Amino acid sequence: MAVNAPPAETKPLSANDPQTIAEQIKTKFPDALESASAQGIVIKRDHLLEVARHLRESLTFDYLNNVTSVDFPDRFEVVYHVSSIDRGGAPLTLKVNAARENPVVPSLVPVYRGADFQEREVYDMMGIRFDGHPYLRRILMWDGFEGYPLRKDYHEPYFEDEKKPFGTRWDQGHHVIAEDRNPWHDNVQYPANFDAVAFKAQIDTVREQTLPDVSPTRLKTEKMILNIGPQHPSTHGVLRLKTTLDGETIVGVEPVLGYLHRNHEKIGERNTYLGNIPFTDRLDYFTSMNNNHAYVIGVEKLMGLRVPERAEYIRVIMAELTRVISHMALMGFMYNDLGAFYTPLIYALEERELVLDMFEAASGSRMMCNYMRFGGVARDLPDGFLDKAKHLVEERFPRVLDELETYLTGNEIFLARTKGVGVISREDAINYSTAGPVLRGSGAKYDVRRAEPYSIYDRFDFDIPVGTAGDVRDRFLMRLWEARQSLRILKQALKDIPAGEIMTGKKNYQIRVPKGEVYGRGENPKGELGFYIVSDGTPNPYRYHIRAPSFINLTALDRMSKGYKVADLIIILGSHDVVMGEVDR
Amino acid sequence: MSEGMQQIQIVQNEDEWLEDQVRRSVFVASWDKVIDKIIDPLYNWGRRNSVWPIGFGLACCAIEMICTSASRFDISRFGMELFRASPRQADLMIVSGTVTKKMLPAVVRLYNQMAEPKYVLAMGACASAGGPFKEGYNVVSGLDKFIPIDVYVPGCPPTPQALLNGLMTLQKKIDKQTIREAAWYKKGQAEAIPDPVLGPDLIDARRAEEITMLAHAPDQLATRAIKIQTKAETKHEKK
Ligand code: SF4
Repeated sequence: MAVNAPPAETKPLSANDPQTIAEQIKTKFPDALESASAQGIVIKRDHLLEVARHLRESLTFDYLNNVTSVDFPDRFEVVYHVSSIDRGGAPLTLKVNAARENPVVPSLVPVYRGADFQEREVYDMMGIRFDGHPYLRRILMWDGFEGYPLRKDYHEPYFEDEKKPFGTRWDQGHHVIAEDRNPWHDNVQYPANFDAVAFKAQIDTVREQTLPDVSPTRLKTEKMILNIGPQHPSTHGVLRLKTTLDGETIVGVEPVLGYLHRNHEKIGERNTYLGNIPFTDRLDYFTSMNNNHAYVIGVEKLMGLRVPERAEYIRVIMAELTRVISHMALMGFMYNDLGAFYTPLIYALEERELVLDMFEAASGSRMMCNYMRFGGVARDLPDGFLDKAKHLVEERFPRVLDELETYLTGNEIFLARTKGVGVISREDAINYSTAGPVLRGSGAKYDVRRAEPYSIYDRFDFDIPVGTAGDVRDRFLMRLWEARQSLRILKQALKDIPAGEIMTGKKNYQIRVPKGEVYGRGENPKGELGFYIVSDGTPNPYRYHIRAPSFINLTALDRMSKGYKVADLIIILGSHDVVMGEVDR
Repeated sequence: MSEGMQQIQIVQNEDEWLEDQVRRSVFVASWDKVIDKIIDPLYNWGRRNSVWPIGFGLACCAIEMICTSASRFDISRFGMELFRASPRQADLMIVSGTVTKKMLPAVVRLYNQMAEPKYVLAMGACASAGGPFKEGYNVVSGLDKFIPIDVYVPGCPPTPQALLNGLMTLQKKIDKQTIREAAWYKKGQAEAIPDPVLGPDLIDARRAEEITMLAHAPDQLATRAIKIQTKAETKHEKK
């Protein structure tokens, strides 16, 4: 390992205490605060930018975890979570209110570049404008779409009722198919007097990029726009990149998202809490167990539930097994992008199948496990699970990882293509809010499992590997190192797993979640996966927001690929490990 | 004179001789029989064992599609392992995942670009009917509203075995086809499916006139929907 991580220290959490911070802000900006409580600090709109700058520069809140918004009957609320990379701890919650009519909030992009895509998402979904944002356009839906879908008064075409379970179904024992309920007999709705015949779609445009000054001695080249995707073998799904080239050099990349926008959040807000678990499976479909884990952690925090020991161990085992196979598969996929088509991937997928079989035995499904529940897990482990896992963890996987390391990391072509490519500095990686191996590959030691230990991760002995160069090679190696650390955790967990209960209380379909809000997060193989949930005490979440690591990591793609060639762009994107289900949600 | 020369027969009637020769060496059958017994089986055998899918993954189901083509399930047994990046070279579109409204124009265009004979396999609940995300505002509830689908594979996601079963079903379908009725040997060009347009919502170009008419006639529009009671209304009634 290039850098050996020192043993984890427990960080004082009090440094992030909202009350203390609020005091500090008050002394600096006497009239910036609206209120402050354990739920977060509410800042006046006009002072947001300077408070944020102060937080970042003087109080070392250098990392913007999450930006989202809530639609309350009387106002919109934009919510920010910021934290400190070095200090760790629970993130600090900042809030800004915006008027219901024509809501505008200052943009935080000048302070945190990572706010770029997230603010565009808020604009797209809620219609809140961000003053000073460099490129405020819809990001998930297309330009010209009618309505702001996450507002409470927006009804989708197949709208049936505000909340599930739908009364019509259980009471009368029948239901009408969605197509018949909608007057257009399809999943569409149009404004009154809309003329579809005369309608002309908008012309696609590209974010303007200025070419760098060309020295007179260099060959003169021309600007060219290259479109990659949405159907392209190397975009890992339905991602589209509008690339501006100067000759063959990349000047700018504009990811176009939303080709897999499946409305998780809108559906999630109509759903019951329990009903959302299978939907979280389908976020990052490589890592359903980790998604389940982060979500149940959030809701459990809100409910104050305690999870039995055995269930905690089962969760950790499942999550870490997922991490190992996800990272292995990524190594194969990255070689795909380098042109070693399919062979390394086939080896990785072979290992993945072994774990999927175990998941199938435990949960009933290979990929979409839907395994965790609030207060435990759905079923106990099947017979022989632990022995199989022990065999994999102690014998097979270490060998396979060694094999992968021998054959893949020293390869000459690999080194030539990845060393010094797609470099992002530590400062930039933090400022762009990247997460997971992308962030750590640049040397920032931030892993939610250590920064704010959840579940029982504080009991295990493991290191957080970090890279040094911040290039594609380091990000590749991060996967290898992290898989090794996961094996370490797995070994300890498999040894210590106790017998006993797997669920607190009895199985419950309609859990009662008290009023409040929570930001629950876990370390997904792709980075910090967070769930921001606002509960109003009813069986359905009032607001359900997903902080998707792949989505936010893409913010830095433009920064990373400037100055490299088109072929490098593919491998830089590969090193991000994007999964479109999570990017677009 | 050598012996061989003596065996030469003098042909009395050239026509008769020719007919005799033809009868002996040429297989004569009706045109229908030739197609049914020889051309179709041979042609279909070749096609069914070299179906090249377009390498095009949409969502979660794509991962199971990748697993199907990896070593354990090994799609090459069916001659289908060549995932082509270009629609021009592909015979089969495995629609592996949720088709969103934003993606639909691209999917339809890809379908139009594929050369005949072409097949579409809807993999999973999403591609078949919208799946778990059907109620979403950006989800197309069933790709068959836009392009014809040959095989539906249920599941969320379908296991690789299920997908293989779907592919075998497709092979059976290919076996039943005959070049006599094949659309791609008909005269003239096949009609392309018009690209859907992204306006305030998705516009099916084939329905544009109907949409315009209905948008201008709110009364008529209202009668087309089946009303259902919401939970609040049901409760109210009970009281
Ligand atoms: S059918 Fe299920 S697994 Fe397949 S794309 Fe839809 S949600 Fe994903």
